[in-house]
Amino acid sequence: MKSILPITTVSMVIVILWYGFSVILNSTWTKDQASRAGVEVTFSEILKDTMVQQRPLLPAPHQVVIELWETTANKKITSKRSLVYHGWITLSATLLGFVIGTGLGILLAIGIVHNKAMDYGVMPWIIASQTVPILALAPMIIVVLYSIGLSGLVPKAIISAYLSFFPVSVGMVAGFRCPDPTQMDLLKTYAAKKSQLFWKLMVPISMPYLFTSLKIGVAASLVGAIVGELPTGAVAGLGARLLAGSYYGQTVQIWSALIGSAILAATLVGLIGLIQKFTLDRMGLAR
Amino acid sequence: MANMNTDVMVDNRPVIRARNLGLVFQTTDGPVEALKDVNLDIEQGDFVSLIGPSGCGKTTFLRLIASLDKPTAGDISVNGMSPEQARLQRAYGYVFQAASLYPWRTIAGNIKLPLEIMGFSKTEMNERVKKVLDLVHLSGFENKFPWQLSGGMQQRASIARALSFDADILLMDEPFGALDEIVRDHLNEQLLDLWQSTGKTICFVTHSILEAVYLSTKIVVMSNRPGKVVEVIESSLPRERSLDIRDGPEFIEIAQRVRMGLRMSHSHE
Repeated sequence: MKSILPITTVSMVIVILWYGFSVILNSTWTKDQASRAGVEVTFSEILKDTMVQQRPLLPAPHQVVIELWETTANKKITSKRSLVYHGWITLSATLLGFVIGTGLGILLAIGIVHNKAMDYGVMPWIIASQTVPILALAPMIIVVLYSIGLSGLVPKAIISAYLSFFPVSVGMVAGFRCPDPTQMDLLKTYAAKKSQLFWKLMVPISMPYLFTSLKIGVAASLVGAIVGELPTGAVAGLGARLLAGSYYGQTVQIWSALIGSAILAATLVGLIGLIQKFTLDRMGLAR
Repeated sequence: MANMNTDVMVDNRPVIRARNLGLVFQTTDGPVEALKDVNLDIEQGDFVSLIGPSGCGKTTFLRLIASLDKPTAGDISVNGMSPEQARLQRAYGYVFQAASLYPWRTIAGNIKLPLEIMGFSKTEMNERVKKVLDLVHLSGFENKFPWQLSGGMQQRASIARALSFDADILLMDEPFGALDEIVRDHLNEQLLDLWQSTGKTICFVTHSILEAVYLSTKIVVMSNRPGKVVEVIESSLPRERSLDIRDGPEFIEIAQRVRMGLRMSHSHE
């Protein structure tokens, strides 16, 4: 509970700064309008106007909150105007991509720690894969997959997996390499099999690494799914909301989609955090 | 007939026999001779201490018995087999310098680790956990995690783990090295009890003269660079001994011989 005060303080500072910048950035338009109409505006009139513009440069926090509320609670979730509808489309691609990426990441890590050739041969490619900007790669993946008849969920999930396998594989390689010589020798004195070494030592010891990797991975998955929605022409999903918003200058919509995806990411990371806490508590690894 | 002969021979053979045993490590600074020309017989039921300055190869010798390292010269046999075969037959329990309990397993879980690997049944495992925890006076700590126990208790748990699968040989690498003297005395007493009640062959690495003399039937004094056996002292102390024995003249005499041996081992430098 000690953390409540600092957390509220930081949140308050952010909100105040946000309002401040809303006023500064949106006042240009207010002044423009006023000078065109040939009227003088007072500071309080400017202040009032910057909070309620239709297409503000930077929407005020309450505008975003209202838009978020309107598009989640007050719309049918099947409606194309519902953020829940778009959020689910992005979330489904995120989750599928996350599962594929995590699976691939763990498999690669297992291969790398067990096989020198893979360590030298595959690891550099894994790192190289992440140096290519995903924004450049995403349209190509979409186009290539479309040409073999795949569209919709799967291509987005693949882009999402492309981003999320990396933290998982790198993290799990580090995790699997955690056992110290004595812990290995101990199993050797029991004449343990390789599979027993894996399940009884490498897997449990790498658990803290797994959860840290999963948290980074799930956030990366969401980014991947959103990026994957951009080149498809803004059909559906949070990425589509962002793109449509920018086509039509709907800044409030852009910001609410942004905040919406941030909330989604925070929820996903938080869920993994809960599972992590539960698991590590049971393993006696959390103190 | 041939079979009977080998049986008789196995019975007469020492549990551990080393002949001209040597190990050279290849390091980036060139070869390092960790162990040279070690000849030693350890009989069934012996309590053998290996004592010497650090770097004298006492741990290396233990690791060769355990087949955790391979010798580069000479021969060594354990129960009449190669150390590797003996290891695959789970002939020994090894107690490391650090307790090295797996932190994600409870005390009972740690003791079950070898039993799980060796495929014991659930009921058998639980019986054995109970039995060995009793032996090391840790009953009631089954469900604690290692970090909830003191260093001495952790080391006792690791001894229990080494005892759990009934190996006849116990290899102990400075198990009490990191503990304070009061705890160490206490554990030494318990270890003697355990040895007397189980009749195991124990091979014990230490650099405490007191500990070596108090525990052993045979004390192997070693020197460093290269690691060699300087002297093997057969203890004349009775097998049943209490801590008081350390004040007796016989004990002091043996301790002096060990100290002399250690001093000799240093005179080469």
